[in-house]
Amino acid sequence: MATITLENVGKTYPGGAAAVQGINIAIQDGEFLVLVGPSGCGKSTLLRMVAGLETITEGTVRIGDRVVNQVEPADRDIAMVFQNYALYPHMSVRQNLAYGLKNRGTPAAEITRRVDEAADILEIRPYLDRKPRALSGGQRQRVAMGRAIVREPAAFLFDEPLSNLDAKLRVTMRGEIRLLQRRLGTTSIYVTHDQMEAMTLADRLVVLNGGRIEQIGAPLEVYRRPASAFVAAFIGSPAMNLLNATLDNGRLRIGSASLPADVAGSGAVTLGIRPEDLRRTAGRADALHMSVDYVEELGATRLVHGRLEGQKLVCTLSADSTLGDMLALEADAGALHLFDAGTGARIN
Amino acid sequence: MVEDRPFLNFLAHAVLILGVVVVAFPVYLALIASTHTAQAFSSGVIPLLPGAEMANNYMTMLGTGMSSSGAPPLGGMMLNSLIMALIISLGKIVISITSAFAIVYFRFPFRNLAFWAIFVTLMLPVEVRIVPTFKVVADLGMLNSYAGLSVPLIASATATFLFRQVFLTIPDEMLEAARIDGAGPMKFFRDILIPLSRTNIAALFVILFIYGWNQYLWPLLITTDDRFYTVVAGIKRMAEVADAVPQWNFVMAAVMLAMLPPVLVVIFMQRLFVKGLTETEK
Ligand SMILES: Nc1ncnc2c1ncn2[C@@H]1O[C@H](COP(=O)(O)OP(=O)(O)OP(=O)(O)O)[C@@H](O)[C@H]1O
Ligand SMILES: [Mg+2]
Repeated sequence: MATITLENVGKTYPGGAAAVQGINIAIQDGEFLVLVGPSGCGKSTLLRMVAGLETITEGTVRIGDRVVNQVEPADRDIAMVFQNYALYPHMSVRQNLAYGLKNRGTPAAEITRRVDEAADILEIRPYLDRKPRALSGGQRQRVAMGRAIVREPAAFLFDEPLSNLDAKLRVTMRGEIRLLQRRLGTTSIYVTHDQMEAMTLADRLVVLNGGRIEQIGAPLEVYRRPASAFVAAFIGSPAMNLLNATLDNGRLRIGSASLPADVAGSGAVTLGIRPEDLRRTAGRADALHMSVDYVEELGATRLVHGRLEGQKLVCTLSADSTLGDMLALEADAGALHLFDAGTGARIN
Repeated sequence: MVEDRPFLNFLAHAVLILGVVVVAFPVYLALIASTHTAQAFSSGVIPLLPGAEMANNYMTMLGTGMSSSGAPPLGGMMLNSLIMALIISLGKIVISITSAFAIVYFRFPFRNLAFWAIFVTLMLPVEVRIVPTFKVVADLGMLNSYAGLSVPLIASATATFLFRQVFLTIPDEMLEAARIDGAGPMKFFRDILIPLSRTNIAALFVILFIYGWNQYLWPLLITTDDRFYTVVAGIKRMAEVADAVPQWNFVMAAVMLAMLPPVLVVIFMQRLFVKGLTETEK
């Protein structure tokens, strides 16, 4: 159990540009922090710096009260779960779990106790004497988790541990990881590019973009008040609609359509509206008129894809609604997100 | 391509059988020759059926050797060959696996230079550098010794590259997981790399053992004391007698015996590495 503190952390690969820079995060004891962002934004780099697998070129990383910049991975009291699991293929599951403990000189009886305990928690006891090759993807994933928990580390580090599993198993394992982390209360950092995984797992989310932090916050907070157009587009599924609009003395104009806005000033802005915040309206004078292109049925709801004043727009409607070629839509004033058209920073 | 056409099947088998016969017939002849008396060959016709002298020929070769051509008993020569082949093959494996480990996993000054230096030795087999190598070995006083027989043949670029290739297929995460698990470089080498290269080591051992066993020119050159004769070079000495007809029955018995250890290694190791191939996975 420990806090993890990143102060002004940066990484420049030899001969490369800065992969991450200016990262400040204070992770609470027992917190589940998720690093999320598109491919290449530096999530793995950041995690690997915490793990000690990558040198830290700038700033300091603290685990507990200790600055670990120069500490070997094995001495940082962390455990890591890799995307490809990195199980030792020639060792049985039991040996895989025990290897790290053995290297630390843990007494044999203690190793057996911990391995058995981990095997019970993860329900992998029947496979303890098998080789990893003889396990399914989900079972290997559990073994990889087991290798982390037998260590009883101060922190778990996960680098996209579920991305090699099929969609259904991913959802199951996601739940199990969350449950396990709650139960053990171990501080965790979890890297993913899947915003759904990030939303469901995190106590707090860190959205990264191009090596910098876009926003840190609880999942709902990030969902409700994205700090930038980037976060707005990245978090939430289906993605938020981002429209080019003009702010004009308390009104937002999108082509010939216009909406009331509670922000003063004028100029070009990016207007964000979540598909689920749009609903149909009848007889409202300033309704948004959307032409329908096609519809995706999701069962309980349907996604309607179309255009508003020539700009793409998606809205989520209930499955029993009848559709014409045109839809009249409205959204609450509180559901409108305004971003600076140039920098993408939130305005309202 | 799974087809069942009787004629094609027949043709394929005929070609295969013909191939086997072409390869196996000389071996059969050698075996037959080793079971006759010396006189059986003087007629000029080579017998095709086994004779009655097998036990006698083999016992003679193993026990007393061919004093007429200065060849010591075969047993000693085979032991020398075995020692030489084992030192060469194990030495090559040990040296090449450690150098591949250094090249793949460590960043050190002149790493590229080391890599190329190893590469260049590929172009310089013993036959090419035999005169300078002989000079060095002679100056070091290693003529007529096991070290002289084997050390100059040990450096191996091919095996180094093979292990390098094997190590490159092992994902980086394996190393990282081991680092987090508290395994230092040598522990990683011992606990992870060597077990994962087990099958390659076995395959390489077979090839290198045969390479070492079949060494001819080098042992011929540096051994003048019959205590260090090796069997392959020794056979040459037997067949090359002055002022007499070679005693083919004895020579062939020696040939058959000399073939035995490589064959045993192939048979024994083949089981091991086929098992290994089907069992491990990286
Ligand atoms: N060893 C390296 N040398 C040079 N540049 C690197 C190295 N590793 C990563 N990078 C660069 O650093 C940036 C961040 O990489 P990183 O692996 O952290 O991305 P990521 O967010 O984990 O992406 P993904 O979701 O694809 O795993 C990328 O632009 C990448 O090209
Ligand atoms: Mg990554």
